[in-house]
Amino acid sequence: MTPPTAPVLDVRDVRLRRGTREILRGVTFTAGRGEIVAIMGPSGSGKTTMLRAIAGLDRHDSGQIAVEGGRAGMVFQFHCLFEHLSAMENVCLAPVHAHGVRTDEAIRRGRELLAAFGVEHRAGALPRELSGGEAQRVAIARALAVDPQVLLLDEPTASLDSDRCSELGTLLLDLARQGRTLVVATHDEDFARAYATRTLRLTDGMLTSA
Amino acid sequence: MNAAPARPFAAAALALAVYFFGSSASGQQAEFRWAGDAEGGAPFVEADPAHPDAVSGFDVDIAALLARGLRRTPRFVMIAFSSIDQSIARGDAEIGLSGIEDTPARRAVLSTTLPYYEFREVLSVRTADASRFRTLADLRGRKVATLGGTIAYEILLRAGDIVALPYEDDVHPYSDLVLGRVDAVLLDNVLADRRRRFISGFTIQPGTVAVGHYIGVLSPANAPLRDACNEILRAAMRDGTLERIFRRWNVWNDEQPTLYARLLAGEQVAAVSGVDTSGGTASLSAIEAIRRYLPSLVRASVVTLILSCLAMALAVALGVLIATGRVYRGRIVRVALTGYVELMRGTPILLQLFVLYYGIAAAIRLPAFAAALLGLALNYAAYESEIYRSALQAIPGGQLEAGRTLGLSERQILTLVRGPQAFRLALAPMTNDFVALLKDSSLVSVLTVMELTKQTQIFATNLGSWVIPGTLCAALYLAMSLPLSAMASRLERRWRAATP
Repeated sequence: MTPPTAPVLDVRDVRLRRGTREILRGVTFTAGRGEIVAIMGPSGSGKTTMLRAIAGLDRHDSGQIAVEGGRAGMVFQFHCLFEHLSAMENVCLAPVHAHGVRTDEAIRRGRELLAAFGVEHRAGALPRELSGGEAQRVAIARALAVDPQVLLLDEPTASLDSDRCSELGTLLLDLARQGRTLVVATHDEDFARAYATRTLRLTDGMLTSA
Repeated sequence: MNAAPARPFAAAALALAVYFFGSSASGQQAEFRWAGDAEGGAPFVEADPAHPDAVSGFDVDIAALLARGLRRTPRFVMIAFSSIDQSIARGDAEIGLSGIEDTPARRAVLSTTLPYYEFREVLSVRTADASRFRTLADLRGRKVATLGGTIAYEILLRAGDIVALPYEDDVHPYSDLVLGRVDAVLLDNVLADRRRRFISGFTIQPGTVAVGHYIGVLSPANAPLRDACNEILRAAMRDGTLERIFRRWNVWNDEQPTLYARLLAGEQVAAVSGVDTSGGTASLSAIEAIRRYLPSLVRASVVTLILSCLAMALAVALGVLIATGRVYRGRIVRVALTGYVELMRGTPILLQLFVLYYGIAAAIRLPAFAAALLGLALNYAAYESEIYRSALQAIPGGQLEAGRTLGLSERQILTLVRGPQAFRLALAPMTNDFVALLKDSSLVSVLTVMELTKQTQIFATNLGSWVIPGTLCAALYLAMSLPLSAMASRLERRWRAATP
């Protein structure tokens, strides 16, 4: 598959050091609209740090990261849903408070998102009342509620059984078809092979194949 | 919590010490244990500046006189003035001598000695007001200070239309008079004369509001010892020993020989004259006593509740500011706020209240209620801030990062994500603190705020017993704190909603 001309995500020679340890040692890659890029590598290779740098959570020491629309959405490995808010409130919080969307409009859109991911019936549930799979879908809905062009997913299959994994894969394919760019950090070879349009391998903070 | 009510605690500790160590020694040594409050000072009982363990004063001399007559060795037992009656009744000492007033209540519940000194209740007013405030009648609607639990306080309560402010000591009524916080002080002439030597700006009116007497108090079972003491006192009246003692302390006057002559002639001397003390409370039945005092106890509870709620609200607001400052701000702010927290936690709340009300009075003259409210709030803010700080820091970093990736500002993350979650963690310790504050609010009685514990103490002094007032007081505190705890645990349960 040929990447479209203008990349939605452009990562150039990114270096990131934590103390004396260099976690990312000059990472460069781009991702185009509708791509699903899998970043693979052993534990400690820098996958999560790469996602966190793209999300703006970890500051990189040198290099450039450009994301279309300014901010990438992030789905954390442990979801990090706001513990005190219901699923629907989790989805609506940022649109209303950070993006000025009217509450009724945010709720309408939140319901659409939850419905699209099959968790509309859990709208009133608190995070601790959700199963792992449900929580992940709510987390994806929450990230998409502010309409990012790039969605980052950290080890999304880590806590899912194989049926749930294929459901998630289908869901990601749908999102890609709608024009989102997905970057998935995973060490699930099967999942990457089945759903990624491209796989990057990260070893000791460097891409070894692109 | 930090501050237990200091005085009752100290008195109780002392009483315990006396009970365990004092009583065993007394049998062998033939000691004559007498109770007084050295805080009362000269000319009654004063700690000797050169020898802090020794005391001096006319009550000390009278104790020595009695001990000599009984062929025993006097031993001073320090008891807070307001607790002397109760301490004597339970046997911490054999006799109380500390400028104790003769009242119908004391006569009813204790063995009282002959009166050995006659005093006059006199009004003190600012010198500028000397011509307009001559008598109690001139002070309608005004604030008049006195010592709590005294005849003077009873007189003010019965005067109607006068706002009677009971103090814990006899110094601050006069300093507050000069400051303009009160318009007059009603206390006996011995106290007024003494204070005028140290404080200028007030005048003692010549009129006598009432006449009273100082006595010694013994437990009801000690009537034989009381009779022996009376014999010694009569002899000392006759042979001029008492006169020499009172002359030595510069309090001898023409009223004393008249009193002694009446007593030696076998005349009965009324406890108090010049004022109607009928309808005293000492002889009331339990139900009558409750009926008479419950309304004022309920009123005092309202003061306690309002004060506690306002102080807690202010403490929470300040605590949130301090906690967020310590979590979010730079080093200088953090150091300053930590200093504040350590200062407020590391010093007694009683001291803080005194500083707020009396210490800074020359610069800022806070009304008593405002000083009480501010003192409690400033102190509790330090504790609240520690609760909120640890609660804020207990919220997992992932919650904050999730907010950041969604485009929320740090302030929004604090108010929408971190704060609400931290509040749930803080609720239980906060409830705990509020209940503690409710009880610590009793400390503000030192600033003349008439809250529940103070009202109870006055009730107990008037009745000569703590049983009914103590029970009512406890019931009222529980009536305030239990609903609060129930509400808090219901909220906690709701937030910890059942998992599927």
